[in-house]
Amino acid sequence: MLSAVEPTTSWYLILSAVLFGIGTVGVLVRRNPLVMFMCIELMLNAVNLSFVALATQLSNINGQVAVFFVMVVAAAEVVVGLGIIVSIMRRRTDATADDLSGLKG
Amino acid sequence: MELVVFVLAAAMVLGGALGVVTRANPVHAAMSLVLTLFGIAVMFVSHNAHFLAAVQVIVYAGAIVVLFLFVIMLLGVDESEDLSVEPIAKQRPLALILGGGLVAIIIAAVVTGRENFASAGGALESATLESPDANIRALARSIFSTNVFAFEITSVLLLVAVVGTVVMARRMKSLGTGK
Repeated sequence: MLSAVEPTTSWYLILSAVLFGIGTVGVLVRRNPLVMFMCIELMLNAVNLSFVALATQLSNINGQVAVFFVMVVAAAEVVVGLGIIVSIMRRRTDATADDLSGLKG
Repeated sequence: MELVVFVLAAAMVLGGALGVVTRANPVHAAMSLVLTLFGIAVMFVSHNAHFLAAVQVIVYAGAIVVLFLFVIMLLGVDESEDLSVEPIAKQRPLALILGGGLVAIIIAAVVTGRENFASAGGALESATLESPDANIRALARSIFSTNVFAFEITSVLLLVAVVGTVVMARRMKSLGTGK
Protein backbone atom coordinates (compact mmCIF):
# COMPACT_ATOMS: atom_id res chain seq x y z
CA MET A 1 0.00 0.00 0.00
CA LEU A 2 2.70 2.43 1.01
CA SER A 3 5.18 1.23 -1.59
CA ALA A 4 3.22 3.12 -4.26
CA VAL A 5 4.79 6.42 -3.24
CA GLU A 6 8.56 6.63 -3.01
CA PRO A 7 10.26 9.76 -1.68
CA THR A 8 12.10 11.51 -4.51
CA THR A 9 15.13 13.75 -4.34
CA SER A 10 12.86 16.81 -4.30
CA TRP A 11 11.36 15.68 -0.99
CA TYR A 12 14.80 15.56 0.59
CA LEU A 13 15.71 18.97 -0.85
CA ILE A 14 12.49 20.51 0.50
CA LEU A 15 13.08 18.95 3.93
CA SER A 16 16.60 20.36 3.83
CA ALA A 17 15.23 23.81 2.95
CA VAL A 18 12.84 23.69 5.91
CA LEU A 19 15.63 22.62 8.26
CA PHE A 20 17.82 25.45 6.96
CA GLY A 21 14.98 27.92 7.55
CA ILE A 22 14.48 26.73 11.14
CA GLY A 23 18.20 27.16 11.74
CA THR A 24 18.12 30.68 10.29
CA VAL A 25 15.20 31.71 12.49
CA GLY A 26 17.01 30.25 15.49
CA VAL A 27 20.16 32.27 14.83
CA LEU A 28 18.09 35.43 14.44
CA VAL A 29 15.87 34.90 17.48
CA ARG A 30 17.92 33.24 20.22
CA ARG A 31 20.20 35.32 22.43
CA ASN A 32 22.30 32.64 24.09
CA PRO A 33 25.50 32.32 21.99
CA LEU A 34 25.66 28.56 22.65
CA VAL A 35 22.16 27.99 21.26
CA MET A 36 22.96 30.24 18.29
CA PHE A 37 25.90 27.93 17.62
CA MET A 38 23.61 24.89 17.71
CA CYS A 39 21.36 26.58 15.15
CA ILE A 40 24.37 27.08 12.87
CA GLU A 41 24.97 23.32 13.16
CA LEU A 42 21.36 22.78 12.05
CA MET A 43 21.99 24.86 8.92
CA LEU A 44 25.20 22.94 8.13
CA ASN A 45 23.32 19.65 8.49
CA ALA A 46 20.59 20.86 6.16
CA VAL A 47 23.21 21.54 3.49
CA ASN A 48 24.84 18.14 4.12
CA LEU A 49 21.49 16.44 3.59
CA SER A 50 20.96 18.12 0.24
CA PHE A 51 24.55 17.25 -0.80
CA VAL A 52 23.96 13.55 -0.10
CA ALA A 53 20.55 13.53 -1.79
CA LEU A 54 21.98 15.11 -4.95
CA ALA A 55 25.03 12.80 -4.89
CA THR A 56 22.64 9.86 -5.12
CA GLN A 57 20.47 11.55 -7.74
CA LEU A 58 23.41 12.49 -9.98
CA SER A 59 25.41 9.29 -9.26
CA ASN A 60 28.41 11.42 -8.30
CA ILE A 61 30.45 10.45 -5.24
CA ASN A 62 31.90 13.96 -5.00
CA GLY A 63 28.74 15.10 -3.20
CA GLN A 64 29.58 12.74 -0.37
CA VAL A 65 33.22 13.90 -0.39
CA ALA A 66 31.98 17.49 0.06
CA VAL A 67 29.92 16.41 3.08
CA PHE A 68 33.03 14.79 4.56
CA PHE A 69 34.96 18.04 4.29
CA VAL A 70 32.04 20.07 5.66
CA MET A 71 32.00 17.83 8.73
CA VAL A 72 35.73 18.32 9.31
CA VAL A 73 35.47 22.09 8.97
CA ALA A 74 32.38 22.14 11.21
CA ALA A 75 34.28 20.30 13.93
CA ALA A 76 37.15 22.80 13.74
CA GLU A 77 34.69 25.71 13.69
CA VAL A 78 32.89 24.47 16.81
CA VAL A 79 36.20 24.11 18.68
CA VAL A 80 37.28 27.68 17.86
CA GLY A 81 33.81 29.16 18.42
CA LEU A 82 33.37 27.52 21.80
CA GLY A 83 36.85 28.72 22.76
CA ILE A 84 35.78 32.28 21.98
CA ILE A 85 32.53 31.86 23.92
CA VAL A 86 34.39 30.46 26.95
CA SER A 87 36.83 33.36 26.99
CA ILE A 88 33.98 35.89 26.75
CA MET A 89 31.84 34.16 29.37
CA ARG A 90 34.77 34.02 31.76
CA ARG A 91 34.58 37.80 32.08
CA ARG A 92 30.78 38.16 32.14
CA THR A 93 28.94 35.07 33.21
CA ASP A 94 25.49 36.04 31.91
CA ALA A 95 26.58 37.37 28.54
CA THR A 96 24.11 37.27 25.68
CA ALA A 97 24.82 38.06 22.05
CA ASP A 98 23.65 41.64 22.64
CA ASP A 99 26.38 42.27 25.19
CA LEU A 100 29.03 41.80 22.51
CA SER A 101 28.24 45.35 21.39
CA GLY A 102 30.73 46.24 24.13
CA LEU A 103 33.42 45.18 21.64
CA LYS A 104 32.81 48.48 19.82
CA GLY A 105 34.89 50.11 22.52
CA MET B 1 9.04 1.05 3.10
CA GLU B 2 11.31 3.86 2.02
CA LEU B 3 8.40 6.24 2.58
CA VAL B 4 8.00 5.06 6.18
CA VAL B 5 11.72 5.62 6.80
CA PHE B 6 11.53 9.07 5.25
CA VAL B 7 8.51 10.13 7.28
CA LEU B 8 9.95 8.88 10.57
CA ALA B 9 13.38 10.44 9.95
CA ALA B 10 11.81 13.72 8.81
CA ALA B 11 9.75 13.82 12.00
CA MET B 12 12.93 13.29 14.03
CA VAL B 13 14.79 15.99 12.11
CA LEU B 14 12.07 18.63 12.27
CA GLY B 15 11.04 17.85 15.86
CA GLY B 16 14.63 18.11 17.00
CA ALA B 17 15.21 21.33 15.06
CA LEU B 18 12.11 22.96 16.55
CA GLY B 19 13.30 21.80 19.96
CA VAL B 20 16.69 23.49 19.49
CA VAL B 21 15.00 26.79 18.63
CA THR B 22 12.22 26.74 21.23
CA ARG B 23 13.63 25.06 24.35
CA ALA B 24 14.67 27.62 26.96
CA ASN B 25 17.21 25.35 28.68
CA PRO B 26 20.48 24.98 26.67
CA VAL B 27 20.88 21.35 27.83
CA HIS B 28 17.47 20.47 26.39
CA ALA B 29 18.41 22.28 23.17
CA ALA B 30 21.57 20.15 22.91
CA MET B 31 19.52 16.97 23.39
CA SER B 32 17.13 18.09 20.64
CA LEU B 33 20.18 18.66 18.43
CA VAL B 34 21.17 15.00 18.99
CA LEU B 35 17.68 13.95 17.79
CA THR B 36 18.10 15.98 14.60
CA LEU B 37 21.59 14.61 13.96
CA PHE B 38 20.37 11.02 14.32
CA GLY B 39 17.52 11.72 11.90
CA ILE B 40 20.02 13.04 9.36
CA ALA B 41 22.15 9.92 9.88
CA VAL B 42 19.12 7.74 9.13
CA MET B 43 18.61 9.65 5.89
CA PHE B 44 22.30 9.15 4.99
CA VAL B 45 21.81 5.39 5.44
CA SER B 46 18.76 5.41 3.21
CA HIS B 47 20.92 7.11 0.55
CA ASN B 48 23.56 4.34 0.91
CA ALA B 49 26.06 6.84 2.40
CA HIS B 50 27.01 4.42 5.17
CA PHE B 51 30.40 5.91 5.95
CA LEU B 52 28.96 9.41 6.32
CA ALA B 53 26.19 8.09 8.57
CA ALA B 54 28.79 6.55 10.88
CA VAL B 55 30.87 9.74 10.86
CA GLN B 56 27.74 11.78 11.54
CA VAL B 57 26.94 9.79 14.67
CA ILE B 58 30.54 9.63 15.92
CA VAL B 59 31.68 13.19 15.15
CA TYR B 60 28.49 15.20 15.53
CA ALA B 61 26.44 13.34 18.12
CA GLY B 62 29.51 11.93 19.85
CA ALA B 63 32.05 14.73 19.83
CA ILE B 64 30.44 18.08 18.98
CA VAL B 65 27.36 17.76 21.21
CA VAL B 66 29.51 16.48 24.07
CA LEU B 67 31.72 19.55 23.59
CA PHE B 68 28.60 21.76 23.80
CA LEU B 69 27.53 20.00 26.99
CA PHE B 70 31.00 20.39 28.49
CA VAL B 71 30.95 24.13 27.80
CA ILE B 72 27.45 24.43 29.28
CA MET B 73 28.68 22.61 32.37
CA LEU B 74 31.92 24.62 32.56
CA LEU B 75 30.19 27.99 32.31
CA GLY B 76 27.20 27.06 34.44
CA VAL B 77 24.72 28.58 32.00
CA ASP B 78 22.30 25.68 32.35
CA GLU B 79 19.59 27.78 33.97
CA SER B 80 16.71 28.48 31.64
CA GLU B 81 16.67 31.61 29.55
CA ASP B 82 13.54 33.75 29.84
CA LEU B 83 12.02 33.45 26.39
CA SER B 84 8.85 35.43 27.14
CA VAL B 85 10.48 38.83 26.78
CA GLU B 86 11.45 40.12 23.38
CA PRO B 87 14.49 42.38 23.81
CA ILE B 88 14.29 44.01 20.39
CA ALA B 89 10.86 45.15 19.24
CA LYS B 90 9.36 43.13 16.35
CA GLN B 91 12.44 40.92 16.18
CA ARG B 92 10.57 37.60 16.18
CA PRO B 93 7.97 38.44 13.53
CA LEU B 94 10.71 39.83 11.29
CA ALA B 95 12.86 36.72 11.81
CA LEU B 96 9.91 34.45 11.00
CA ILE B 97 9.12 36.43 7.83
CA LEU B 98 12.76 36.29 6.75
CA GLY B 99 13.10 32.56 7.48
CA GLY B 100 9.77 31.74 5.85
CA GLY B 101 10.70 33.77 2.79
CA LEU B 102 14.04 31.98 2.54
CA VAL B 103 12.35 28.56 2.73
CA ALA B 104 9.75 29.63 0.16
CA ILE B 105 12.43 30.80 -2.27
CA ILE B 106 14.45 27.57 -1.94
CA ILE B 107 11.33 25.37 -2.32
CA ALA B 108 10.28 27.37 -5.40
CA ALA B 109 13.76 26.86 -6.87
CA VAL B 110 13.63 23.11 -6.16
CA VAL B 111 10.14 22.72 -7.62
CA THR B 112 10.83 24.69 -10.79
CA GLY B 113 14.26 23.13 -11.31
CA ARG B 114 13.42 19.51 -10.53
CA GLU B 115 13.47 18.53 -14.20
CA ASN B 116 17.07 19.71 -14.48
CA PHE B 117 18.61 17.21 -12.11
CA ALA B 118 17.43 14.14 -13.94
CA SER B 119 19.45 11.07 -13.05
CA ALA B 120 22.82 10.87 -14.78
CA GLY B 121 22.32 7.15 -15.25
CA GLY B 122 24.18 4.42 -13.43
CA ALA B 123 23.85 4.11 -9.69
CA LEU B 124 26.49 4.90 -7.10
CA GLU B 125 28.36 1.87 -5.86
CA SER B 126 26.44 0.83 -2.79
CA ALA B 127 27.05 -1.89 -0.28
CA THR B 128 25.98 -5.40 -1.22
CA LEU B 129 26.49 -8.75 0.41
CA GLU B 130 29.43 -9.41 -1.90
CA SER B 131 31.17 -6.07 -1.21
CA PRO B 132 29.87 -4.58 2.05
CA ASP B 133 32.45 -1.77 1.90
CA ALA B 134 31.66 -0.46 -1.59
CA ASN B 135 30.63 3.00 -0.35
CA ILE B 136 33.81 3.43 1.70
CA ARG B 137 35.93 2.26 -1.25
CA ALA B 138 34.33 4.77 -3.63
CA LEU B 139 34.68 7.59 -1.11
CA ALA B 140 38.30 6.75 -0.32
CA ARG B 141 39.21 6.53 -4.00
CA SER B 142 37.92 10.07 -4.50
CA ILE B 143 39.40 11.56 -1.33
CA PHE B 144 42.86 10.07 -1.77
CA SER B 145 43.20 10.72 -5.51
CA THR B 146 41.34 13.72 -6.92
CA ASN B 147 40.84 15.50 -3.57
CA VAL B 148 44.08 14.55 -1.87
CA PHE B 149 45.33 18.16 -1.74
CA ALA B 150 42.17 19.35 0.03
CA PHE B 151 42.53 16.40 2.40
CA GLU B 152 46.06 17.40 3.34
CA ILE B 153 45.12 21.06 3.76
CA THR B 154 42.38 19.90 6.14
CA SER B 155 45.02 18.57 8.50
CA VAL B 156 46.64 22.02 8.61
CA LEU B 157 43.21 23.53 9.39
CA LEU B 158 42.69 21.15 12.30
CA LEU B 159 46.16 21.91 13.66
CA VAL B 160 45.52 25.68 13.45
CA ALA B 161 42.17 25.24 15.21
CA VAL B 162 43.70 23.23 18.05
CA VAL B 163 46.61 25.63 18.58
CA GLY B 164 44.32 28.67 18.34
CA THR B 165 41.89 27.30 20.89
CA VAL B 166 44.67 26.46 23.35
CA VAL B 167 46.11 29.97 23.01
CA MET B 168 42.68 31.55 23.45
CA ALA B 169 41.61 29.45 26.43
CA ARG B 170 44.83 30.03 28.39
CA ARG B 171 44.65 32.52 31.20
CA MET B 172 47.43 34.95 30.39
CA LYS B 173 48.49 36.27 33.76
CA SER B 174 51.45 38.22 32.38
CA LEU B 175 49.12 40.45 30.36
CA GLY B 176 46.84 41.02 33.30
CA THR B 177 43.78 39.65 31.54
CA GLY B 178 43.34 36.59 33.71
CA LYS B 179 41.54 36.59 37.01
